[in-house]
Amino acid sequence: MGDRIDDRDQWTESRPTEGRRALRLDELWGARELVAFLALRDVKVRYKQAVFGGAWAIAQPLAAAVIFTVVFGRLAKISSGDVPYLVFAFSGFSLWSYFSTAVNDARNSLVGNSALITKVYFPRLAIPLASILPGLVDLAVALVVLAVMCVSTGIHPGLEILTAPLFLFGAMVVAFGAGTLFAALSVRYRDVQQVFGLLLQLWLFATPVAYPSTLVKGGWRWLYAINPMVGAVDGWRWALLGGRAPGREALVSALVALGLLYAGLRVFQQSERRFADVI
Amino acid sequence: MGRNAIEVEGLGKRYLLGEDHGRAQNLRETLVSGIKRFGRPGPPRTELWSLRDVSFEVPQGSALGVIGRNGAGKSTLLKILTRITEPTEGLTRTRGRVGSLLEVGTGFHPELTGRENVFLNGAILGMRREAIERTFDEIVDFAGVERFLDTPVKRYSSGMYLRLAFSVAAHLDADILLVDEILAVGDAEFQRKCLGRMATVEREGRTVVFVSHNLDAIVRLCPTCVWLDQGAVAAIGPAAEVIDTYLSAGVQRLDRQTFDEPAGVPVAVRSVAVLNPVGESTSVLRRDEPFTVEVTFVVNTPVPDLNIAVSVQSLRGLRVLDEALSDHPQRVLGPGEYTARLAIPSILNAGDYVVGVWVGTDFEEFFWLETAATVHLEGAANGRADRVVQLGLPWEVAPTEAGSEAG
Repeated sequence: MGDRIDDRDQWTESRPTEGRRALRLDELWGARELVAFLALRDVKVRYKQAVFGGAWAIAQPLAAAVIFTVVFGRLAKISSGDVPYLVFAFSGFSLWSYFSTAVNDARNSLVGNSALITKVYFPRLAIPLASILPGLVDLAVALVVLAVMCVSTGIHPGLEILTAPLFLFGAMVVAFGAGTLFAALSVRYRDVQQVFGLLLQLWLFATPVAYPSTLVKGGWRWLYAINPMVGAVDGWRWALLGGRAPGREALVSALVALGLLYAGLRVFQQSERRFADVI
Repeated sequence: MGRNAIEVEGLGKRYLLGEDHGRAQNLRETLVSGIKRFGRPGPPRTELWSLRDVSFEVPQGSALGVIGRNGAGKSTLLKILTRITEPTEGLTRTRGRVGSLLEVGTGFHPELTGRENVFLNGAILGMRREAIERTFDEIVDFAGVERFLDTPVKRYSSGMYLRLAFSVAAHLDADILLVDEILAVGDAEFQRKCLGRMATVEREGRTVVFVSHNLDAIVRLCPTCVWLDQGAVAAIGPAAEVIDTYLSAGVQRLDRQTFDEPAGVPVAVRSVAVLNPVGESTSVLRRDEPFTVEVTFVVNTPVPDLNIAVSVQSLRGLRVLDEALSDHPQRVLGPGEYTARLAIPSILNAGDYVVGVWVGTDFEEFFWLETAATVHLEGAANGRADRVVQLGLPWEVAPTEAGSEAG
């Protein structure tokens, strides 16, 4: 199916859509090289223009971790278990800052690439998909810093570290789902941008980045896990630093993440045909 | 081959105009208007059919020209064919890969180098990486930017930028190539190269749809042509014929024009008219009728060497006649009104012509109007629409003397 667009004899029809549109993920697969080139473009441009390049990748989560160390670790005296609060917070922020960058870039990607959308046809999903990838470079840089922190504080990761990609993938799914949903809405309503900024701030506090999820007790934990980033950040920290393994609530997070992805793709595909007219 | 590469059936595209539709807006407005509208029918929206009931077919390996005024729906048609936007009614079918040169350089990023942009742009246009690698040298060669491949394109001159962008698009491995007015850019040399490239594409058996205001280019590249007018097909057929119909439709019938006299000029034109042999002003004549161009002017201050010229141009811009008074020595005119008449014999081919009038001296111009009047000559072009004059020069056919003696 991936080579469908190369078929010389294939009729391609364009007619008004009636009812629901198919997701056409095969078409997206056919455009995988485009996704790679778009992501590569964003990485190159980001690092070519910035004087300090990768330094920003560390500065952002590090600054946040230091501030939170002062506020929560020292002043509010939130317990971070066996690991120093700074390492605890930085591990959470490394994933969170990837997520917030990715979801924000995805949300903004259609409007930012409107010149492409009105001039060339390609599977539109390629744009938000490509926009969640460049943040991985920053994340990799942040992980090097985290590794240095771990070594200097004597924390040795166990075999759990092998599960880290799984939780990263979870965060990517959430970023892609929420990103496509809000990207499609942004095309119609430009003030989604403001709403989304606010939402993202609240989202940070509803996620165990600056505090351990063990602060939430009993039945509340299930409700808490409806935030799919709870499972991702909790699991990520466990994979890197050890501690309490994620429980069954992680499944709730995973299901919500998949639901969000489905909703995002649906809304996106449904409004996709009008992007070029409306944007 | 005999197969169609493109089929368009009853195609229509509607845009809704009006404040609560068609443009990005904010949430508050949507909520407010949603509440206001609750339980009541909404206000009628203004509809604009950019295309309506358009049907045509393009056989594989041929080129179709699309002409029409701005806003006639040409770009909308291409956008539907490339699937950038969806039709409101009807359908299009395309066979094989569709490549478009809707706007060259789409997706070029100024910070990236020429090399990086070729790959990025190629991917955006739907090329596979191997395909780009295979044609990379050709692309660069065509654009003539070998030395600057690793320079960010923001440092390119605008000419280099365009050449590279066009080159990527022109080397698309597409079965159907849609081209929108690319030839408006670049210098003459590069335009010639582009036209050559498109002719090559056509010879290779690809199908080309070419939207342009450059009518000569359309005649050269496309055997058939569609004229879109206000979203509908106004004419379709052999390119030269459709273009002539298109051109003459744009001409306003202008048999007599009068002018206000500007203050303080030594000589002013009062009117220009085209007269038929009976002396009535008209802009429609038979091809075999002579006609007269009449220029009425007033001399306020006598001017030495006053000159008047009348030109006749074909619609495609060819100046067929340019007759000046100075060709005849008679020009000391005292104050007063005069009428100058130029009789034009029936030498022009059938078709439309524009009459221009100029009044001045070797040093000054008092009046110049390229379209002072128009003339439509009714008649058969006898299949030779391209010739401008039809002189009916004398032939003589007789038996060859040597031959007749031998016989």
